[in-house]
Amino acid sequence: MSVLIFIDQSEGHVKKSSLEALTYGADIAKQLGTTAEGIVLGTVNDDLAALGKYGVSKIHQVSNAALNNVDAQVYASVISQAATASGATVVVFSHNQTGKAIASRVAAKLKAGLVAGACALPDTSNGFSVKKTVFSGKAYANVNILSAVKVISLNPNAYKTVATEGTAAVEALAVTVSEPKVKVTAVNKITGEVPLTEADIVVSGGRGLKGPEHWGILLDLAKELGAATACSRPVGDAHWRPHHEHVGQTGVQVAPNLYIAIGISGAIQHLAGVNRSKVIVVINKDPEAPFFKAADYGIVGDAFEVVPQITAAIQKMKAGA
Amino acid sequence: MKILVCVSKTPDTTSKIAFTDGNTKFDEAGVQWIINPYDEWYSLVRAIELKEANPAATIHLVTVGNADAEPIIRKALALGGDEAIRVNTDNSDAYYIAAQIAEVAKQGGYDIIFTGKETIDYNGSSIGGMVAELVDAPYISLATKFDLNGNTATVVREIEGGEETAEVALPVVVSCQKGMAEQRIPNMRGIMAARTKPLKVVEPAAVDALTSIASFELPPAKAGVKLVAPDNVAELVRLLHEEAKAI
Repeated sequence: MSVLIFIDQSEGHVKKSSLEALTYGADIAKQLGTTAEGIVLGTVNDDLAALGKYGVSKIHQVSNAALNNVDAQVYASVISQAATASGATVVVFSHNQTGKAIASRVAAKLKAGLVAGACALPDTSNGFSVKKTVFSGKAYANVNILSAVKVISLNPNAYKTVATEGTAAVEALAVTVSEPKVKVTAVNKITGEVPLTEADIVVSGGRGLKGPEHWGILLDLAKELGAATACSRPVGDAHWRPHHEHVGQTGVQVAPNLYIAIGISGAIQHLAGVNRSKVIVVINKDPEAPFFKAADYGIVGDAFEVVPQITAAIQKMKAGA
Repeated sequence: MKILVCVSKTPDTTSKIAFTDGNTKFDEAGVQWIINPYDEWYSLVRAIELKEANPAATIHLVTVGNADAEPIIRKALALGGDEAIRVNTDNSDAYYIAAQIAEVAKQGGYDIIFTGKETIDYNGSSIGGMVAELVDAPYISLATKFDLNGNTATVVREIEGGEETAEVALPVVVSCQKGMAEQRIPNMRGIMAARTKPLKVVEPAAVDALTSIASFELPPAKAGVKLVAPDNVAELVRLLHEEAKAI
């Protein structure tokens, strides 16, 4: 019996969402009185032994270069073999793009019940029940997993990473790696920006900014805060901002600590992409904008005047700190 | 070429979310049901476009749900598609549903199986990957583009921190999202034709559900927005720093 955590890597580096999954999986192991182990596939440049500080005692590594691109079929086969070999009863993923590609395949392969999009530790007092977000963040469901082996994918930014002391034993794992049927011909990663789904702070703009030439005030604020930038659907559709910044029901769903919405009215489809944010600030000149109902803090005012003042006030606060 | 499009019934995006029976059931009172937007706008419309380019192709729709799902199946048929299959069950476990679709898929021998990237009610992103595993086919998750050249598909899909272009030989399972196609509205001819298109009802295969929903809960209500005057942004920054501890 053990808990196996899939460690996602991009360009040789372990993702923040995986550190959350490691902490989460290690806490489940503590709850069940067992050990937590990680599995990482492909070429990794980070110090894997150091991941022991997130609570895993062992890391299985399959450093086959054929695994540098995520192929759902091949990954699921390798992770399932590892789960069976290590006697894992719980397998944990992050519910990020990679997790969405492979957790379901692993669950079907192991005939394990899956809770996708978990947001809290399981309740094991009477069976095994996991809380997850449903209805695009508007509610939660407590889901019982009935099978012996359980698969859970954890929402990004839903569980706090805790680093303590510890070193993990890194062991090469002998498994069969089949040839992927999907041939990757090009990879286009967005570099030099804070990835939207991992950002602690997101600054987002809507039609209220009136045109792409006015985005400077938003970018200045984002830079001051080390925040990722996002936009509403009409802004993405009008190509004022790149499509990958579109946050909402049909775009990216984010759950940062702080979401600052500038000139966004807050249509229900937009809220579906942001309502898991911990703190929401809305700046809009229309006091009737529906977004204010979902906000924690708000300013009814002209973004072109207010936003540069906020940037300046943050600078001042930092200088004084 | 045979295409299978998985279609799910979901509450309209603007529905009020509430629960009944001691928070164990979704409150359907006053809820308008729609085709899950990812299934309709992206996977079904892309399948229709592929058939327009290759009229010999056939499109089958599959829904796992009870008779309440039939109006949305007819609506999907009005957009396009040759016939529909409804697997008669209201089980909500992803594995159970995927196993039913896999059963339909094995019998139909499809070249392409399209699902939406997720349903807007359970948000699991699970069905596509499970079906792919159960029929032993490659899986393209979160696809934003799908083009066919003979028996080979060229796809673009979203990955961590970017996108990836890839080629894959059919058969393949694809989960579809924004970018695949544009929303369409059924025309009168489509609506009339949909009335007589075959809608086959089959009983579910014997499969164990691996999860069950014990209860639902709503998030605690927001305390209400704290408004700060526009000429006092320093106060907002102070609140975010000291009270919310967000910056």
